[in-house]
Amino acid sequence: MAATTRTVTGLTSTTKDGVGASPRRPDGTLKVTGEFAYSSDMWMEDMLWGATLRSPHPHAEIRGIDVTGALEVPGVHAVLTHEDVPGEKRYGLEFQDQPVLAFGKVRYKGEPVAVVAADHPETARRAMERIRVDYAVLEPVTDSRRAAMDPDCPPVHEAGSLPEHPEFNQRGNRLRHQPIRTGAFAEAAGAAAREGAVLERLRSEAAVVVSSEYEVGMQDQAFLGPESGMAVPAEDGGVDLYVATQWLHVDQRQIAPALGLPQDKVRLTLAGVGGAFGAREDLSMQIHACLLALRTGRPVKFVYNREESFYGHVHRHPAKMRYEHGASSDGRLLYATAEVVVDGGAYASATPAVVGVASSLGIGPYEVPNVLVDAYGVYTNNPPCGAMRGFGAVQACFAYESQMDRLAAELGMHPVDLRIKNALSQGSRIITGQEIDMPLPMAEMLQRCRDLPMPPERGALPDPGDLRTLPGGVAGTTRGEGVVRGVGYGVGLKNLCFSEGFDDYSTARVRLEVVAGEPVVMVHTAAAEVGQGLVTVKGQIARTELGVEKVVIHPSDTQVGSAGSSSASRQTYMTGGAVRTACASVRAAVFALARERGLVPGDLPDTDLALAGGKVVSATAGALVSLADLLGEAAQGGVVVEETREFHHRPTEMLDPLLGQGASHTQFGMCVHRAVVDVDVDLGLVKVVALDAVQDVGKVMHPQQLAGQIQGGSAQGLGLALMEEILVEDGVIRNPSFTDYLIPTILDTPPMRIEVLEHPDPHAPYGLRGAGEPPTLSSTPAVVAAVRAATGRPLTHAPVRPEDIVGIDL
Amino acid sequence: MRVSFNVNGEDVTADNVWPGESLLYVLRERLGLPGSKNACEQGECGSCTVYFDGVTACSCMIAAGQAEGRRVRTVEGLAQGSGKGPERELGTVQDAFVEAGAVQCGFCTPGLLVQTDDLLERTVGAGLPAPDDAEIREALAGNLCRCTGYEKIIDAVHLAAERHAGTGGGA
Repeated sequence: MAATTRTVTGLTSTTKDGVGASPRRPDGTLKVTGEFAYSSDMWMEDMLWGATLRSPHPHAEIRGIDVTGALEVPGVHAVLTHEDVPGEKRYGLEFQDQPVLAFGKVRYKGEPVAVVAADHPETARRAMERIRVDYAVLEPVTDSRRAAMDPDCPPVHEAGSLPEHPEFNQRGNRLRHQPIRTGAFAEAAGAAAREGAVLERLRSEAAVVVSSEYEVGMQDQAFLGPESGMAVPAEDGGVDLYVATQWLHVDQRQIAPALGLPQDKVRLTLAGVGGAFGAREDLSMQIHACLLALRTGRPVKFVYNREESFYGHVHRHPAKMRYEHGASSDGRLLYATAEVVVDGGAYASATPAVVGVASSLGIGPYEVPNVLVDAYGVYTNNPPCGAMRGFGAVQACFAYESQMDRLAAELGMHPVDLRIKNALSQGSRIITGQEIDMPLPMAEMLQRCRDLPMPPERGALPDPGDLRTLPGGVAGTTRGEGVVRGVGYGVGLKNLCFSEGFDDYSTARVRLEVVAGEPVVMVHTAAAEVGQGLVTVKGQIARTELGVEKVVIHPSDTQVGSAGSSSASRQTYMTGGAVRTACASVRAAVFALARERGLVPGDLPDTDLALAGGKVVSATAGALVSLADLLGEAAQGGVVVEETREFHHRPTEMLDPLLGQGASHTQFGMCVHRAVVDVDVDLGLVKVVALDAVQDVGKVMHPQQLAGQIQGGSAQGLGLALMEEILVEDGVIRNPSFTDYLIPTILDTPPMRIEVLEHPDPHAPYGLRGAGEPPTLSSTPAVVAAVRAATGRPLTHAPVRPEDIVGIDL
Repeated sequence: MRVSFNVNGEDVTADNVWPGESLLYVLRERLGLPGSKNACEQGECGSCTVYFDGVTACSCMIAAGQAEGRRVRTVEGLAQGSGKGPERELGTVQDAFVEAGAVQCGFCTPGLLVQTDDLLERTVGAGLPAPDDAEIREALAGNLCRCTGYEKIIDAVHLAAERHAGTGGGA
């Protein structure tokens, strides 16, 4: 039996492998033996392989599609185009603007045009080569700033073809324009000339003004498990889909209308997910597989290869940004202006939400009395962009943190001191007027980060000539000459959970019963385990709340209510909150049963009771009854207690479309990074020596998994700082492979020291704060700042390229 | 075509193999061994790493026909016990990866396990000192992981090396 200690106050108990411990992941054994069934591992005897014909053009009219040649290929069972979509022809996360299969036009290179089912992937590929599509090529819209600003820019979507959203200030290719005006800018809002006059006045009052343009490249989530899954036709005319996704119910909500089926005929089960990072928020092969399965009456499996994966999911929005900050001579910020243009590509995906974040958090975690922000999300004929870890906030963070460093340099201040001087804290208001009503120990975090031990100087290494310690590594590009060390800092502010009025909730079903003489809890949710370790945390919560040792995690599927998305760092908060709430109901039912059976002394209130060590216990009267005795063996007619509960976080508000005011966020998260780099300033090569972080998470649920989130997020930010960019020319991706799109290897990634603070958020379950995204914000500007410190170059583009470091204009 | 080789100690034959198929495809789709993962199919990510006649290699880069008569060992062959399913006894490296938190989504894990097994066989298994951080990084440089930032993987390798040395071997 579990070693269980109980704290008498309240109902919290310290249970073995409960909240705060680091138990092994329940899927760990299967994952190290090769037996864990990922979506690409699905296999059935009579299955067919699906394949997708994609547009070779970023923008073209479709004049005709002829599939007869493909249908003649032996082994081909179906070839489908838009004409075969029985229901809604378009789908989308926020706007229903994306064709299931293209009709009329294609709007990006890689857009699905037709799908094939065949008995071998090679057969499907050969059949696709025999589909004839007659395209009339059109000029693509590829300049996002032109799409945002030029009223004469041709529309990517024909005027009137999409539903209107006046709250998003739409115009032409602008999907959303979110202005924010505070202080003197609010008084002048809406009149460009008056806003200009305010800006002139503020400039004249500032002792220091810094302004610059910044760019963040298009980053790929680069999960390792490509888009895949299997659709199995069912006898009731419906379909069962086994798929790797981030949110089963939002997939179901989009798939069923396209198939012309009621929601309950489209049943989804989460297959093993090989990473997500936002790339699985949108549909990829889901509808296509279901269409082919229903048409052929056979299971249909899709597995994208790596190149197709680059076309098969949305990416992080590339951003073009203009920032200006003015400060007094003692370093206090007086005003800030920002123009942020994010390129949404051909379809909306999460772009409106990205604009909502980029605007509301556009100035970062700083007190600034006068702010003018305009954030735009636009349609172009570039690849569609949507969710990636930290969306909207990552791009703005690179710009505002770069600005802080420039200001500090102008003022002769330490970059940490400047940040502390202007730091937000609990009780501060961000630029939307929203009060931060939870701890935000930013100044303390910065201090702690600065005080972390430094890695040894190069000269202090046991062997400074060891190539493995140098930029370029064992390739031997340098022996240390021309290598300069730099140090940089970054801070980021991230909204956690869903924002802007969305009724964000999760559902959990918890069952307690006695099996083989032992109480067993089953936790059933629809939440997507994408690698983050939610399956572990759900079990920890159930153990802590119900005082049992054995917890079974039911596979995630649509047979229980929605859990919302594994996005926005929200699942431990939301699904964790739902599991906790359902456990509380189970516990109450058990107490009621114990009372009914006369096992609880009459004067003991529920607040005196707890479940611990498999027993109902009282703080004053000790153990009252074991669960085994109270419930009885389930298989012999014992009592099974089952409760299903929803957990909603507190409501949020839309930003108003004129001044951008409103309490739009649920919770704020923050991470601080310090990067130490060695730069070969002659060859433009960087070795990150250390990338250390301080993060406040409110409550550490699982120390080991938390470290994995912080270090993994930091590494993705390092990638954006130094190497990761999807190169798009004239709407065409130039590097859709792991040969040409580089992500950090173990050699590129330094030791990462972490310091974790726990200032509880009174509004959140256990006081916790979502932890996955904040490190991805701050690590990028910290690394770039360190490279700037080593080189003296302005470095306004993330990722930094070798030519930027050596100062060659290619 | 027909291809016959040895996988994890067992002689196997795959029929009707299209000559363009890779060893990885044959393992996954024809032999019921999906443990080796396909993440890039061009030898860049290491997720499909297997032992091929005792040498680690990306099985996506080996044509099916090249496997004829060879010995292949996959992640499925790393466990010490012979039982199936989660109850079977894990090998030292497998156990260390779970214990150290080196497994998140797990898609890179099979390749990393094989590569780590090889590193430990070449070092502690050959009576040499346990690898230090720099040696571990060089050995695993061909295996991409997107979730962990690699820190917990390095912890896992150290843990496995310690136990390997302590027990005198075994993956």
